[in-house]
Amino acid sequence: MKSGSNLEKILKAGHFAFTGELGPPRGTSAEEVRKKAAHLKGKVDAVNVTDNQTAVVRMASWAACIILIQEGLEPNYQMVCRDRNRLAMQADILGAYAHGIRNMLCLSGDHCKFGDHPHAKGVFDIDSMQLIQMVKKMRDEGKFLSGSELEEPPKIFIGAAANPFADPFEWRVYRLAKKIKAGVDFIQTQCVYNMEKFQEWIKQSNEMGLTEKVYILAGVTPMKSVGMAKYMKNNVPGMDVPDEIINRLKGVDKKKQGDEGIKIACEQIEKFKEMKGVSGVHLMAIGWEHRVPEITERAKVLPRPQVD
Amino acid sequence: MIVAKRKPFEEIKELLKKYKKILNVGCGTCVSVCLTGGEKEVKILNAELEMARKLEGNPIELGASCVERQCDREFLAELDPIVEDYEAIMSMACGVGIQFLAERFPQKPVLPAVDTTGLAVNQDVGWYEERCRSCSSCVLAWTGGICPVTLCAKGLYNGPCGGTNKGSCEIDEDQPCAWYMIYERLAGQKRLDCIMNIQAPNEWKDQVPRTLLHYGYKKRNYRDKN
Repeated sequence: MKSGSNLEKILKAGHFAFTGELGPPRGTSAEEVRKKAAHLKGKVDAVNVTDNQTAVVRMASWAACIILIQEGLEPNYQMVCRDRNRLAMQADILGAYAHGIRNMLCLSGDHCKFGDHPHAKGVFDIDSMQLIQMVKKMRDEGKFLSGSELEEPPKIFIGAAANPFADPFEWRVYRLAKKIKAGVDFIQTQCVYNMEKFQEWIKQSNEMGLTEKVYILAGVTPMKSVGMAKYMKNNVPGMDVPDEIINRLKGVDKKKQGDEGIKIACEQIEKFKEMKGVSGVHLMAIGWEHRVPEITERAKVLPRPQVD
Repeated sequence: MIVAKRKPFEEIKELLKKYKKILNVGCGTCVSVCLTGGEKEVKILNAELEMARKLEGNPIELGASCVERQCDREFLAELDPIVEDYEAIMSMACGVGIQFLAERFPQKPVLPAVDTTGLAVNQDVGWYEERCRSCSSCVLAWTGGICPVTLCAKGLYNGPCGGTNKGSCEIDEDQPCAWYMIYERLAGQKRLDCIMNIQAPNEWKDQVPRTLLHYGYKKRNYRDKN
């Protein structure tokens, strides 16, 4: 065991993992974190806690992670390279581990331009690839990036993102290979809508032997409406939403579009369960934490396995 | 070359509001080529300011001068005899020139009329694009001659990120993704192996003021010590 986290145990035991996501509040309410967490408890193996998502200031990811631990959930601490340099990152990793955080997701981070402080200085002292390497070095060698020794290394299960849909497509599998080389243990992908393209990427990953070296969790976000689908298609960079998804949502009554979105997501999850090279699903139910119990029920991923 | 952009007129006016007699100094090199701070631009700005201040009933007297290079002492020297006649100096050179001017005349307020924009190429008359951040650790050898430090909005050393949008950067459809371009160029040259390996974190060399001592300079000045 690299970290002994619940997520690691579940994946290692060969179970189909199911992770969720929680966005910390734009304020100081621990209660709000607890309320969202309550919807996810017992329904997912770990909960990603976003780090100033879309470059908008929110409660620190590590702080919301600690609240989750208090509530009996396992957090997956997201860290972006945009907001802190290598000193601050390493300090936060030590502190996070000291508080019981065992999973991390290493990300570049959306550009500041998208957020509520569009002219903030983007740090990017190191990039996501180098962040993975740094966490691995801290964990496995007990050393800081500088090479100096650290006491009681943080045993972190290291995650990263992959977007099979961003250009250039041919390079994406090599980028995955680079992340594996850097030391990543698990991958959570960008929301999948184009199943064909995703399958092609997984096929390439299987052929290169990459899926034997890393656990891949396919990203799923149920569409709430036609409007959301169109927005994702046209306004979110690196997102690939085929017209057939939009048309399917259009085909039902407006009040039933959310339901149809969940139905599409569940059909996808069934396919992922059978797909060679896919070890689980990461559900990003944006603003829909309260519907996670229903989604997990309908996706037939309950009860969650217990691994000691 | 170094390119710069004139500050908004209102901002320049605000900088000068306390003064009645100003010397405006242009630079005949980079900012002249990029049509921002050369002899002609000094005259235009002076004319605009004179007119604006006159209309406000608060006239200003503006001297005009354009030296060959404000980043070079020998050219600044020609200002020595005239500076005394002015309350302050305004410079239309890049940030380097402005500072060297201020250093030469420490008793005079020196005000910038331009914002320095960067190290850029001349795409066409009036169209300049930044290409270098002078990071002191050039990576162009393995990035197909395309600088990710400057052209990737996140300055990634191991790109592209997941925000690449049909060859554009996530920040703007009109901004090409640097890493997409790097990939395309290296693929064309059959040199993708250049980016297969993980690039280690950069040891930033631009976190302190940098000084360059040419070997010839050292030879001239440190002969005894060596």
